[in-house]
Amino acid sequence: MELFNIFIKAAFIDNMVLAYFLGMCSYLAVSKTVKTAFGLGLAVIFVLGITMPINWLINNYLLDGAINGLDLTFLRLILFIAVIASMVQLVEMVIEKVSPALYNSLGIFLPLITVNCAILGGSLFMVAREYNFAESIAFGLGGGFGWFLAIIAIAAIREKIRYSDVPPALRGLGMAFILTGLMGIAFMSLMGIDPAALTGTK
Amino acid sequence: MAEATTAAKSAAAKSEPLFGKKEKQLITDPLYDNNPITIQVLGICSALAVTSLIYPSLVISVAVVFVCGFSSLITSVLRNRIPKSIRMIVQLVIIATLVTVVELSLKYFSYPVYKDLSVYIGLIITNCIVMGRLEAFAMANRPWRSFLDGIGNGLGYGAILLLVAFFREFFGKGSLFAGSPAEMKIIGPNADYFINTMAESGIGSMFSWYSNNNLMVLPAAAMFLIGIFIWIQRSRTPKLVDVS
Repeated sequence: MELFNIFIKAAFIDNMVLAYFLGMCSYLAVSKTVKTAFGLGLAVIFVLGITMPINWLINNYLLDGAINGLDLTFLRLILFIAVIASMVQLVEMVIEKVSPALYNSLGIFLPLITVNCAILGGSLFMVAREYNFAESIAFGLGGGFGWFLAIIAIAAIREKIRYSDVPPALRGLGMAFILTGLMGIAFMSLMGIDPAALTGTK
Repeated sequence: MAEATTAAKSAAAKSEPLFGKKEKQLITDPLYDNNPITIQVLGICSALAVTSLIYPSLVISVAVVFVCGFSSLITSVLRNRIPKSIRMIVQLVIIATLVTVVELSLKYFSYPVYKDLSVYIGLIITNCIVMGRLEAFAMANRPWRSFLDGIGNGLGYGAILLLVAFFREFFGKGSLFAGSPAEMKIIGPNADYFINTMAESGIGSMFSWYSNNNLMVLPAAAMFLIGIFIWIQRSRTPKLVDVS
């Protein structure tokens, strides 16, 4: 149940996009239609779900004084980003082999995930909050799911708002920013929820 | 590598002035006409969450200017030796190294600020503006120009960051530069400035009636402010308007 708490907290209360502004670039660039947003969202869940435990293992068994008591934590950033870049590359190759249709629909979004701050941010948060192995997986999946929800929501709103009478100078990007702000406020109402009380593990 | 730098630099210096009109444009363009945040929409990612106060935003801005400038310089020097297929990873390693330098220096010079910014310093790596400039400019231009382009884009980014932070801190907390040695409490109940010497009941600030606007402290306020900046900028320059 502890893991479920972390999942809920990462997905809703500490939503990557709406509470921390992580992964904002791809969030704004790829949210013009629901279809592409859906593909990117799934890819983010997937990549967050794998890189998080791998980075956990690296952090705890390589960097944190595990080798002859050496403190190698200053290499953390470089190793994390290298893991993410290579995992994205790997995922890209696997998807291309297994399902060319999905690969074509994701297109350029897959390599874009490397520089999606939500991925690296997730790993850094995991270190800062001292999660254990299972918790890091739950946090990765929860964070990815929250990101997925946010991008689907904004894409749906942006599809609808095309029919509204927005001032010309505010059309497109400007409106997307303001909508994100409003969604952030809406998501803040979830902040009062205590996930421990929700699952009865208090 | 050092020889290559000096050779390329002296070649650039011989053919054209070191800081001519074009070079100046590289610095000034990203400040307004081609601003990384409001026009290119890059680099909104990590650092907006730090804009609730001016001081951390200033630290992040300086860090981004440094990383952006020097990663452009290094990438540009190495641009002909980087194989196309692994250029992303090479660029990321260059950026990550520079960010590690920033992180360790900050940890040494000002530990409280380092603690406050926690993961956001590391997230400069994935700040798309750094990577974006490497791909778009540094891979195809001479080192000195790329360096200026990096600095210019870092400054354009920092300008927006500081503007947002100014509004958020001033109206949200009534202070400026909170957390730094130069903290000023301008308006609000505990203000130290604009002392009203004419008051009959006790001496207080002329603006002590102001109660802090808590909306400005929320992350959402940054989004509204940038939305409004884009609105203002696009109404002033109609050619930027998004037709889709």
